[in-house]
Amino acid sequence: MANLKEFRVRIASVKSTQRITSAMKMVAAAKLRRAQEEAIAARPYSERMERMLGSLAQSAAASGNAPPLLAGSGKDHTHLLVVMTTDRGLCGGFNGSVGRVTRQKILSLRAEGKEVKLLIVGRKGRGILRAEFGNMIIDTLEDTARPAPRFETAVEIAQRVRTMFEAGEIDVCTIIYNKFISALTQEVTPQQLIPFALPEADASDAADTDTEVAANAAYEYEPDEQEILTDLLPRNLSVQVFRSMLESFASEQGARMTAMDSATRNAGDMINRLTIQYNRTRQAAITTELIEIISGAEAL
Amino acid sequence: MADNAVQFELVSPEKLLLSEDVEMVVVPGVEGDFGVLPGHAPMISTVRPGVIHVFEGGSVKTRIFVAGGFAEVTTERCTILAEEAVALDDIDRAGVEKDLQDANEDIRDAGGDATQLALAEARADTARAKLVSLDNLVYQ
Repeated sequence: MANLKEFRVRIASVKSTQRITSAMKMVAAAKLRRAQEEAIAARPYSERMERMLGSLAQSAAASGNAPPLLAGSGKDHTHLLVVMTTDRGLCGGFNGSVGRVTRQKILSLRAEGKEVKLLIVGRKGRGILRAEFGNMIIDTLEDTARPAPRFETAVEIAQRVRTMFEAGEIDVCTIIYNKFISALTQEVTPQQLIPFALPEADASDAADTDTEVAANAAYEYEPDEQEILTDLLPRNLSVQVFRSMLESFASEQGARMTAMDSATRNAGDMINRLTIQYNRTRQAAITTELIEIISGAEAL
Repeated sequence: MADNAVQFELVSPEKLLLSEDVEMVVVPGVEGDFGVLPGHAPMISTVRPGVIHVFEGGSVKTRIFVAGGFAEVTTERCTILAEEAVALDDIDRAGVEKDLQDANEDIRDAGGDATQLALAEARADTARAKLVSLDNLVYQ
Protein backbone atom coordinates (compact mmCIF):
# COMPACT_ATOMS: atom_id res chain seq x y z
CA MET A 1 0.00 0.00 0.00
CA ALA A 2 2.98 2.34 0.42
CA ASN A 3 3.14 2.39 -3.34
CA LEU A 4 -0.26 4.05 -3.61
CA LYS A 5 0.72 6.73 -1.15
CA GLU A 6 3.85 7.54 -3.16
CA PHE A 7 1.68 8.15 -6.19
CA ARG A 8 -0.63 10.43 -4.26
CA VAL A 9 2.29 12.49 -2.98
CA ARG A 10 3.80 12.84 -6.44
CA ILE A 11 0.53 13.88 -8.02
CA ALA A 12 0.02 16.50 -5.32
CA SER A 13 3.52 17.86 -5.85
CA VAL A 14 3.15 18.11 -9.63
CA LYS A 15 -0.18 19.82 -9.11
CA SER A 16 1.33 22.51 -6.95
CA THR A 17 4.13 23.05 -9.47
CA GLN A 18 1.49 23.44 -12.13
CA ARG A 19 -0.29 26.04 -10.06
CA ILE A 20 2.93 28.05 -9.79
CA THR A 21 3.78 27.86 -13.48
CA SER A 22 0.29 28.79 -14.53
CA ALA A 23 0.32 31.77 -12.16
CA MET A 24 3.67 32.86 -13.58
CA LYS A 25 2.29 32.53 -17.06
CA MET A 26 -0.59 34.81 -16.23
CA VAL A 27 1.67 37.39 -14.60
CA ALA A 28 3.96 37.33 -17.63
CA ALA A 29 1.00 37.73 -19.96
CA ALA A 30 -0.20 40.79 -18.07
CA LYS A 31 3.28 42.29 -18.01
CA LEU A 32 3.74 41.48 -21.67
CA ARG A 33 0.77 43.56 -22.66
CA ARG A 34 2.09 46.58 -20.83
CA ALA A 35 5.64 46.07 -22.07
CA GLN A 36 4.41 45.77 -25.61
CA GLU A 37 2.41 48.97 -25.32
CA GLU A 38 5.39 50.79 -23.88
CA ALA A 39 7.68 49.55 -26.63
CA ILE A 40 5.20 50.80 -29.20
CA ALA A 41 4.67 54.12 -27.41
CA ALA A 42 8.42 54.74 -27.44
CA ARG A 43 8.69 54.32 -31.19
CA PRO A 44 7.70 57.84 -32.33
CA TYR A 45 10.60 59.38 -30.46
CA SER A 46 13.30 57.21 -31.94
CA GLU A 47 11.73 57.42 -35.39
CA ARG A 48 11.72 61.19 -35.34
CA MET A 49 15.18 61.29 -33.89
CA GLU A 50 16.42 59.08 -36.69
CA ARG A 51 14.81 61.39 -39.20
CA MET A 52 16.63 64.38 -37.73
CA LEU A 53 19.90 62.52 -37.39
CA GLY A 54 19.65 61.31 -40.96
CA SER A 55 19.57 64.81 -42.41
CA LEU A 56 22.21 66.07 -40.00
CA ALA A 57 24.53 63.17 -40.65
CA GLN A 58 24.29 63.73 -44.37
CA SER A 59 25.31 67.34 -44.20
CA ALA A 60 28.00 66.63 -41.60
CA ALA A 61 29.45 63.87 -43.75
CA ALA A 62 29.40 66.25 -46.71
CA SER A 63 31.34 68.87 -44.80
CA GLY A 64 33.78 66.17 -43.65
CA ASN A 65 34.02 67.01 -39.96
CA ALA A 66 31.65 64.61 -38.23
CA PRO A 67 32.11 64.21 -34.47
CA PRO A 68 33.73 60.99 -33.19
CA LEU A 69 30.44 59.42 -32.07
CA LEU A 70 29.34 59.48 -35.70
CA ALA A 71 32.62 58.90 -37.50
CA GLY A 72 34.26 56.61 -34.96
CA SER A 73 37.57 57.04 -33.19
CA GLY A 74 39.54 56.20 -36.28
CA LYS A 75 40.45 52.69 -35.16
CA ASP A 76 38.48 49.58 -34.38
CA HIS A 77 40.71 47.79 -31.95
CA THR A 78 38.65 47.51 -28.79
CA HIS A 79 35.03 46.43 -29.01
CA LEU A 80 32.53 46.84 -26.23
CA LEU A 81 29.56 44.52 -26.25
CA VAL A 82 26.57 45.55 -24.19
CA VAL A 83 24.64 42.37 -23.52
CA MET A 84 20.99 42.67 -22.53
CA THR A 85 19.80 39.74 -20.44
CA THR A 86 17.29 39.24 -17.66
CA ASP A 87 17.67 39.29 -13.91
CA ARG A 88 15.47 36.27 -13.39
CA GLY A 89 15.34 32.90 -15.00
CA LEU A 90 12.45 30.66 -16.02
CA CYS A 91 12.10 32.32 -19.37
CA GLY A 92 13.00 29.52 -21.72
CA GLY A 93 15.88 29.96 -24.13
CA PHE A 94 15.87 33.75 -23.80
CA ASN A 95 19.22 34.22 -22.10
CA GLY A 96 20.74 31.17 -23.73
CA SER A 97 20.25 32.55 -27.20
CA VAL A 98 21.66 35.96 -26.28
CA GLY A 99 24.61 34.15 -24.73
CA ARG A 100 25.13 32.09 -27.86
CA VAL A 101 25.16 35.06 -30.20
CA THR A 102 27.47 36.96 -27.86
CA ARG A 103 29.86 34.02 -27.72
CA GLN A 104 30.01 33.77 -31.51
CA LYS A 105 30.58 37.49 -31.78
CA ILE A 106 33.38 37.43 -29.22
CA LEU A 107 35.08 34.49 -30.88
CA SER A 108 34.93 36.04 -34.34
CA LEU A 109 36.23 39.36 -33.02
CA ARG A 110 39.03 37.60 -31.19
CA ALA A 111 39.94 35.70 -34.33
CA GLU A 112 40.42 39.06 -36.01
CA GLY A 113 42.79 40.06 -33.26
CA LYS A 114 40.43 42.57 -31.64
CA GLU A 115 40.13 43.19 -27.96
CA VAL A 116 36.66 42.63 -26.49
CA LYS A 117 35.06 44.07 -23.39
CA LEU A 118 31.69 43.13 -21.99
CA LEU A 119 29.15 45.22 -20.17
CA ILE A 120 26.39 42.96 -19.04
CA VAL A 121 22.90 44.03 -18.15
CA GLY A 122 21.07 41.42 -16.11
CA ARG A 123 22.21 38.84 -13.61
CA LYS A 124 21.62 35.87 -15.86
CA GLY A 125 23.98 37.06 -18.57
CA ARG A 126 26.79 37.16 -16.10
CA GLY A 127 26.20 33.57 -15.09
CA ILE A 128 26.28 32.43 -18.69
CA LEU A 129 29.35 34.35 -19.81
CA ARG A 130 31.44 34.35 -16.66
CA ALA A 131 32.91 30.89 -17.03
CA GLU A 132 34.34 31.46 -20.49
CA PHE A 133 34.87 35.19 -20.71
CA GLY A 134 35.05 36.27 -17.07
CA ASN A 135 38.15 38.40 -17.60
CA MET A 136 36.41 40.53 -20.26
CA ILE A 137 33.48 41.55 -18.11
CA ILE A 138 33.84 45.15 -17.00
CA ASP A 139 30.67 45.23 -14.97
CA THR A 140 27.26 43.71 -14.54
CA LEU A 141 24.24 45.93 -14.04
CA GLU A 142 21.38 44.41 -12.12
CA ASP A 143 17.75 45.29 -11.57
CA THR A 144 17.70 47.68 -14.50
CA ALA A 145 14.16 46.76 -15.44
CA ARG A 146 12.40 46.66 -12.15
CA PRO A 147 9.46 47.08 -12.24
CA ALA A 148 9.85 48.34 -15.82
CA PRO A 149 12.62 49.88 -17.93
CA ARG A 150 13.11 53.58 -17.18
CA PHE A 151 14.67 56.13 -19.43
CA GLU A 152 16.94 57.36 -16.63
CA THR A 153 18.55 53.94 -16.45
CA ALA A 154 19.18 53.99 -20.17
CA VAL A 155 20.80 57.41 -19.80
CA GLU A 156 23.10 56.05 -17.12
CA ILE A 157 24.17 53.12 -19.26
CA ALA A 158 24.70 55.36 -22.27
CA GLN A 159 26.66 57.82 -20.18
CA ARG A 160 28.98 55.06 -19.06
CA VAL A 161 29.56 53.85 -22.56
CA ARG A 162 30.26 57.39 -23.69
CA THR A 163 32.72 58.05 -20.87
CA MET A 164 34.63 54.93 -21.88
CA PHE A 165 34.57 55.95 -25.52
CA GLU A 166 35.76 59.45 -24.79
CA ALA A 167 38.55 58.14 -22.58
CA GLY A 168 39.72 56.06 -25.53
CA GLU A 169 39.06 52.76 -23.77
CA ILE A 170 36.78 51.50 -26.50
CA ASP A 171 36.52 52.15 -30.22
CA VAL A 172 33.35 50.37 -31.24
CA CYS A 173 30.26 49.62 -29.22
CA THR A 174 27.58 47.10 -30.09
CA ILE A 175 24.48 46.27 -28.11
CA ILE A 176 23.10 42.74 -28.25
CA TYR A 177 19.46 42.36 -27.31
CA ASN A 178 16.39 40.30 -28.00
CA LYS A 179 14.17 42.08 -30.45
CA PHE A 180 10.49 41.59 -29.81
CA ILE A 181 8.70 40.08 -32.78
CA SER A 182 5.76 38.35 -31.19
CA ALA A 183 4.98 36.70 -27.88
CA LEU A 184 6.35 33.48 -29.35
CA THR A 185 9.35 34.78 -31.23
CA GLN A 186 12.29 36.90 -30.26
CA GLU A 187 15.25 37.61 -32.43
CA VAL A 188 18.68 38.27 -31.02
CA THR A 189 19.83 41.46 -32.68
CA PRO A 190 23.29 42.99 -32.51
CA GLN A 191 23.12 46.71 -33.16
CA GLN A 192 26.09 48.98 -33.52
CA LEU A 193 25.87 52.06 -31.31
CA ILE A 194 29.26 53.66 -31.84
CA PRO A 195 30.08 54.76 -34.48
CA PHE A 196 26.46 55.45 -35.19
CA ALA A 197 25.13 53.55 -38.20
CA LEU A 198 22.04 54.95 -39.84
CA PRO A 199 19.47 52.21 -40.26
CA GLU A 200 18.75 51.29 -43.84
CA ALA A 201 15.44 52.67 -45.05
CA ASP A 202 12.89 49.99 -45.89
CA ALA A 203 11.95 49.54 -49.49
CA SER A 204 8.39 50.48 -48.65
CA ASP A 205 9.61 53.78 -47.26
CA ALA A 206 11.67 54.55 -50.30
CA ALA A 207 9.26 57.03 -51.84
CA ASP A 208 8.78 58.65 -48.47
CA THR A 209 12.52 58.92 -47.93
CA ASP A 210 13.01 60.66 -51.24
CA THR A 211 10.71 63.46 -50.28
CA GLU A 212 12.35 63.64 -46.85
CA VAL A 213 15.76 64.02 -48.40
CA ALA A 214 14.52 66.73 -50.70
CA ALA A 215 13.09 68.57 -47.71
CA ASN A 216 16.29 68.07 -45.72
CA ALA A 217 18.34 70.04 -48.16
CA ALA A 218 16.53 73.19 -47.12
CA TYR A 219 16.93 72.89 -43.33
CA GLU A 220 18.44 75.70 -41.37
CA TYR A 221 20.36 74.75 -38.29
CA GLU A 222 20.40 76.60 -35.06
CA PRO A 223 23.03 76.98 -33.56
CA ASP A 224 24.81 74.96 -36.30
CA GLU A 225 25.09 71.37 -37.50
CA GLN A 226 28.18 70.62 -35.44
CA GLU A 227 26.70 71.76 -32.16
CA ILE A 228 23.38 70.05 -32.71
CA LEU A 229 25.17 66.85 -33.58
CA THR A 230 27.29 66.98 -30.43
CA ASP A 231 24.04 67.22 -28.47
CA LEU A 232 21.99 64.86 -30.53
CA LEU A 233 24.41 61.94 -30.79
CA PRO A 234 24.75 61.23 -27.06
CA ARG A 235 21.00 61.67 -26.84
CA ASN A 236 20.51 59.16 -29.60
CA LEU A 237 22.79 56.74 -27.79
CA SER A 238 20.51 56.87 -24.73
CA VAL A 239 17.46 56.44 -26.91
CA GLN A 240 18.90 53.39 -28.63
CA VAL A 241 19.79 51.86 -25.29
CA PHE A 242 16.31 52.62 -24.00
CA ARG A 243 14.71 51.11 -27.05
CA SER A 244 16.68 47.91 -26.70
CA MET A 245 15.78 47.79 -23.00
CA LEU A 246 12.10 48.01 -23.86
CA GLU A 247 12.38 45.44 -26.62
CA SER A 248 14.32 43.13 -24.40
CA PHE A 249 11.82 43.52 -21.58
CA ALA A 250 8.86 42.77 -23.81
CA SER A 251 10.71 39.78 -25.25
CA GLU A 252 11.48 38.53 -21.78
CA GLN A 253 7.82 38.57 -20.81
CA GLY A 254 6.89 36.84 -24.06
CA ALA A 255 9.53 34.18 -23.57
CA ARG A 256 8.48 33.62 -20.00
CA MET A 257 4.85 33.36 -20.94
CA THR A 258 5.60 30.75 -23.59
CA ALA A 259 7.94 28.81 -21.34
CA MET A 260 5.47 28.79 -18.47
CA ASP A 261 2.64 27.84 -20.79
CA SER A 262 4.44 24.74 -21.97
CA ALA A 263 5.53 23.96 -18.41
CA THR A 264 1.90 24.10 -17.32
CA ARG A 265 0.91 21.82 -20.15
CA ASN A 266 3.71 19.37 -19.38
CA ALA A 267 2.65 19.29 -15.75
CA GLY A 268 -0.92 18.52 -16.89
CA ASP A 269 0.30 15.62 -19.04
CA MET A 270 2.33 14.30 -16.16
CA ILE A 271 -0.64 14.46 -13.80
CA ASN A 272 -2.75 12.50 -16.29
CA ARG A 273 -0.09 9.84 -16.64
CA LEU A 274 0.42 9.54 -12.92
CA THR A 275 -3.33 9.35 -12.31
CA ILE A 276 -3.69 6.46 -14.75
CA GLN A 277 -0.84 4.61 -13.12
CA TYR A 278 -2.28 5.33 -9.70
CA ASN A 279 -5.69 3.94 -10.69
CA ARG A 280 -4.16 0.82 -12.23
CA THR A 281 -2.13 0.12 -9.14
CA ARG A 282 -5.18 0.71 -6.96
CA GLN A 283 -7.31 -1.68 -9.04
CA ALA A 284 -4.52 -4.29 -9.03
CA ALA A 285 -4.42 -4.05 -5.26
CA ILE A 286 -8.20 -4.49 -4.99
CA THR A 287 -8.10 -7.50 -7.32
CA THR A 288 -5.38 -9.11 -5.27
CA GLU A 289 -7.37 -8.54 -2.10
CA LEU A 290 -10.50 -10.05 -3.66
CA ILE A 291 -8.61 -13.13 -4.83
CA GLU A 292 -7.22 -13.56 -1.35
CA ILE A 293 -10.69 -13.33 0.24
CA ILE A 294 -12.32 -15.65 -2.31
CA SER A 295 -9.63 -18.29 -2.18
CA GLY A 296 -9.72 -18.06 1.63
CA ALA A 297 -13.50 -18.67 1.59
CA GLU A 298 -13.18 -21.59 -0.81
CA ALA A 299 -10.61 -23.26 1.37
CA LEU A 300 -13.09 -23.43 4.27
CA MET B 1 -5.05 69.59 -41.32
CA ALA B 2 -6.28 73.14 -41.50
CA ASP B 3 -4.36 75.59 -43.69
CA ASN B 4 -3.76 78.06 -40.94
CA ALA B 5 -2.49 75.64 -38.31
CA VAL B 6 0.80 74.13 -37.30
CA GLN B 7 0.85 70.40 -36.70
CA PHE B 8 2.49 70.36 -33.30
CA GLU B 9 3.97 67.20 -31.81
CA LEU B 10 5.63 66.84 -28.47
CA VAL B 11 7.45 63.56 -28.02
CA SER B 12 9.24 62.23 -24.97
CA PRO B 13 11.38 59.07 -25.00
CA GLU B 14 8.52 57.18 -23.37
CA LYS B 15 5.69 58.26 -25.61
CA LEU B 16 4.02 60.74 -27.91
CA LEU B 17 2.78 63.30 -25.41
CA LEU B 18 0.86 65.68 -27.58
CA SER B 19 -0.15 65.82 -31.19
CA GLU B 20 -2.51 68.55 -32.27
CA ASP B 21 -3.04 71.37 -34.70
CA VAL B 22 -2.30 74.74 -33.14
CA GLU B 23 -2.19 78.35 -34.18
CA MET B 24 1.31 79.09 -33.00
CA VAL B 25 3.97 77.63 -30.71
CA VAL B 26 6.81 79.48 -29.09
CA VAL B 27 9.80 77.26 -28.53
CA PRO B 28 12.75 78.10 -26.28
CA GLY B 29 15.66 77.59 -28.67
CA VAL B 30 19.26 77.79 -27.47
CA GLU B 31 19.69 81.03 -29.35
CA GLY B 32 16.46 82.53 -28.10
CA ASP B 33 12.76 81.82 -28.25
CA PHE B 34 11.25 81.39 -31.66
CA GLY B 35 7.62 81.34 -32.68
CA VAL B 36 6.42 78.85 -35.21
CA LEU B 37 3.52 79.83 -37.47
CA PRO B 38 2.30 77.92 -40.50
CA GLY B 39 4.77 78.24 -43.37
CA HIS B 40 7.83 78.59 -41.16
CA ALA B 41 11.17 77.97 -42.88
CA PRO B 42 12.45 74.42 -42.25
CA MET B 43 14.94 74.29 -39.42
CA ILE B 44 16.41 72.08 -36.75
CA SER B 45 17.30 73.62 -33.43
CA THR B 46 18.44 72.60 -30.00
CA VAL B 47 15.98 73.43 -27.25
CA ARG B 48 17.15 74.81 -23.93
CA PRO B 49 15.36 73.98 -20.68
CA GLY B 50 12.38 76.31 -20.61
CA VAL B 51 8.73 76.68 -21.42
CA ILE B 52 6.94 75.90 -24.64
CA HIS B 53 3.93 78.16 -25.18
CA VAL B 54 1.06 76.95 -27.24
CA PHE B 55 -1.09 79.80 -28.58
CA GLU B 56 -4.73 79.60 -29.43
CA GLY B 57 -6.89 82.59 -30.36
CA GLY B 58 -4.08 85.06 -29.73
CA SER B 59 -3.34 84.03 -26.16
CA VAL B 60 -1.43 81.28 -24.40
CA LYS B 61 -3.41 78.07 -24.13
CA THR B 62 -0.87 75.77 -22.53
CA ARG B 63 2.53 76.15 -21.02
CA ILE B 64 4.73 73.09 -21.01
CA PHE B 65 8.09 72.89 -19.34
CA VAL B 66 10.74 70.93 -21.22
CA ALA B 67 14.14 69.99 -19.88
CA GLY B 68 15.88 70.52 -23.18
CA GLY B 69 15.63 68.59 -26.41
CA PHE B 70 15.44 69.21 -30.11
CA ALA B 71 12.97 70.88 -32.40
CA GLU B 72 12.37 70.11 -36.02
CA VAL B 73 10.32 72.65 -37.92
CA THR B 74 9.01 72.32 -41.45
CA THR B 75 6.50 74.45 -43.30
CA GLU B 76 3.57 72.56 -41.86
CA ARG B 77 4.73 70.86 -38.69
CA CYS B 78 6.75 71.42 -35.56
CA THR B 79 8.13 68.37 -33.77
CA ILE B 80 9.75 68.66 -30.37
CA LEU B 81 11.83 65.83 -29.00
CA ALA B 82 11.81 66.64 -25.31
CA GLU B 83 13.86 64.95 -22.65
CA GLU B 84 11.33 65.60 -19.98
CA ALA B 85 8.09 67.46 -20.44
CA VAL B 86 5.54 68.50 -17.87
CA ALA B 87 2.74 71.04 -17.88
CA LEU B 88 3.92 74.13 -16.03
CA ASP B 89 0.78 74.13 -13.88
CA ASP B 90 1.61 70.63 -12.63
CA ILE B 91 5.01 71.52 -11.28
CA ASP B 92 5.16 71.44 -7.54
CA ARG B 93 7.48 74.16 -6.32
CA ALA B 94 8.54 72.48 -3.08
CA GLY B 95 9.32 69.26 -4.96
CA VAL B 96 11.58 71.08 -7.37
CA GLU B 97 13.43 72.83 -4.57
CA LYS B 98 14.02 69.49 -2.95
CA ASP B 99 15.26 68.03 -6.26
CA LEU B 100 17.71 70.88 -6.56
CA GLN B 101 18.97 70.30 -3.05
CA ASP B 102 19.38 66.56 -3.64
CA ALA B 103 21.19 67.15 -6.91
CA ASN B 104 23.57 69.60 -5.26
CA GLU B 105 24.33 67.08 -2.55
CA ASP B 106 24.99 64.45 -5.19
CA ILE B 107 27.40 66.81 -6.92
CA ARG B 108 29.33 67.19 -3.69
CA ASP B 109 29.30 63.44 -3.05
CA ALA B 110 30.20 62.44 -6.60
CA GLY B 111 33.92 62.83 -6.00
CA GLY B 112 35.85 61.59 -8.98
CA ASP B 113 33.00 59.69 -10.60
CA ALA B 114 32.53 61.57 -13.85
CA THR B 115 29.35 59.72 -14.79
CA GLN B 116 27.59 60.46 -11.50
CA LEU B 117 28.77 64.04 -11.55
CA ALA B 118 27.44 64.66 -15.05
CA LEU B 119 24.09 63.12 -14.19
CA ALA B 120 23.74 65.14 -10.97
CA GLU B 121 24.69 68.36 -12.72
CA ALA B 122 22.09 67.75 -15.40
CA ARG B 123 19.46 67.24 -12.68
CA ALA B 124 20.47 70.42 -10.91
CA ASP B 125 20.28 72.40 -14.15
CA THR B 126 16.81 71.09 -14.87
CA ALA B 127 15.58 71.96 -11.40
CA ARG B 128 17.01 75.47 -11.65
CA ALA B 129 15.40 75.97 -15.04
CA LYS B 130 12.05 74.86 -13.60
CA LEU B 131 12.30 77.43 -10.82
CA VAL B 132 13.20 80.19 -13.27
CA SER B 133 10.27 79.22 -15.50
CA LEU B 134 7.89 79.30 -12.55
CA ASP B 135 9.09 82.73 -11.48
CA ASN B 136 9.07 84.42 -14.86
CA LEU B 137 5.83 83.92 -16.66
CA VAL B 138 6.11 85.48 -20.10
CA TYR B 139 3.29 86.04 -22.62
CA GLN B 140 -0.31 86.14 -21.61
